[in-house]
Amino acid sequence: MIFDYNVVWEALPMYFGGLLTTLKLLAISLFFGLLAAIPLGLMRVSRQPAVNFAAWLYTYVIRGTPMLVQLFLIYYGLAQFEAVRESFLWPLLSSATFCACLAFGINTSAYTAEIIAGSLKATPHGEIEAAKAMGMSRMKMYRRILLPSALRRALPQYSNEVIMMLQTTSLASIVTLIDITGAARTVNAQYYLPFEAYITAGVFYLCLTFILVRLFKMAERRWLGYLAPRKH
Amino acid sequence: MLKGYGAVILDGAWLTLQLALSSMALAIVLGLIGVALRLSSVRWLAWLGDLYSTVIRGIPDLVLILLIFYGGQDIINRVAPLLGYEDYIDLNPLIAGIGTLGFIFGAYLSETFRGAFLGIPKGQAEAGVAYGMSNRQVFFRIQVPQMIRLAIPGFTNNWLVLTKATALISVVGLQDMMFKAKQAADATREPFTFFLAVAALYLVLTSISLLALKYLERRYSVGVKVAEL
Repeated sequence: MIFDYNVVWEALPMYFGGLLTTLKLLAISLFFGLLAAIPLGLMRVSRQPAVNFAAWLYTYVIRGTPMLVQLFLIYYGLAQFEAVRESFLWPLLSSATFCACLAFGINTSAYTAEIIAGSLKATPHGEIEAAKAMGMSRMKMYRRILLPSALRRALPQYSNEVIMMLQTTSLASIVTLIDITGAARTVNAQYYLPFEAYITAGVFYLCLTFILVRLFKMAERRWLGYLAPRKH
Repeated sequence: MLKGYGAVILDGAWLTLQLALSSMALAIVLGLIGVALRLSSVRWLAWLGDLYSTVIRGIPDLVLILLIFYGGQDIINRVAPLLGYEDYIDLNPLIAGIGTLGFIFGAYLSETFRGAFLGIPKGQAEAGVAYGMSNRQVFFRIQVPQMIRLAIPGFTNNWLVLTKATALISVVGLQDMMFKAKQAADATREPFTFFLAVAALYLVLTSISLLALKYLERRYSVGVKVAEL
């Protein structure tokens, strides 16, 4: 079998356009996902049963159902309701980009909230006791000690979540967006060359994954250096 | 409530379950082969195992599904005429789905298994060798049974991700519950209702899996001392 480089070469601009879409989807959903995940994570470690339960239910339902179903519920599902179609939000909710970002953001917020909660629970006693001994209020303790410490320690797990999220953005191609996978599907539909189309997409994703891994390794050296084993 | 589509969707749910279980069985076999390669002392075999796990884990499931499904179909239809078949062969989406998901999650499981094998104290394997066991006996009698306990948490995670990934096979035409729900949604113009029903079915599936695997973990941890604070 011969790999048709010409087709790939000619389609490269489309792949790079797809790369931009992928990165845009990833950045937007990660940003809003993380923004929502911090309060959710704090709720998950709350001692008030009602607060804790609400956050638990949210993360349990989101983590227990496939991303594709969540995406379809938002993109196709919401249109079922007259009230949604007539609301001022409809121009947004009928756009595939907005729906994809919303679905991905909701999804990553649930996973990230669990990561942050786990990291908060693993805070060494000493740090909390020291903060109390300094006479910090609860608010101040969370702001100055607990969150900065927990968010740093969550970095290695969060890097996995970011890579999972990169892969999840490929679902955007199912709701008509031309991301990297969407570009590959277009090429395959035009030329019927599945290997050329999808292997090229695969190479793009592999490169992105390696770059992300590298970036997070650097971030860990910067912010988690104090936890690294001592070098001799 | 589901306008007579309930039974159809349950049919699809059965197909989803079959797909998930069969692909997991295949993934376990491939995962064990993968980890045997990765832990092998033969350099190029270890490299091959690493390549499998790194490349597959670095590419989205959807891209791999589309690649293997359309690419596989392409190859089969190029090879078939050489063997004397003249008709166009359509890949069965269930078989293709099992193959694809098994291949993908074999890579993820090889990573889970690798961590578990490395968690077994070295003395265990050495004791096996000291008893005169062959390499294969040490692997299957000493290492695998102990590895299972250490692998269960990671395995639970892999199984849940696999269960949810089955929804993607509907994209290449498998008539699983996702596919049936899409049909019902298009016919009745009530997409929310049907996708919500599918979400609920998936949630039931993942909840039962969590409980079952928790039980299994307790079962395999009998005889392990837990220090309580």
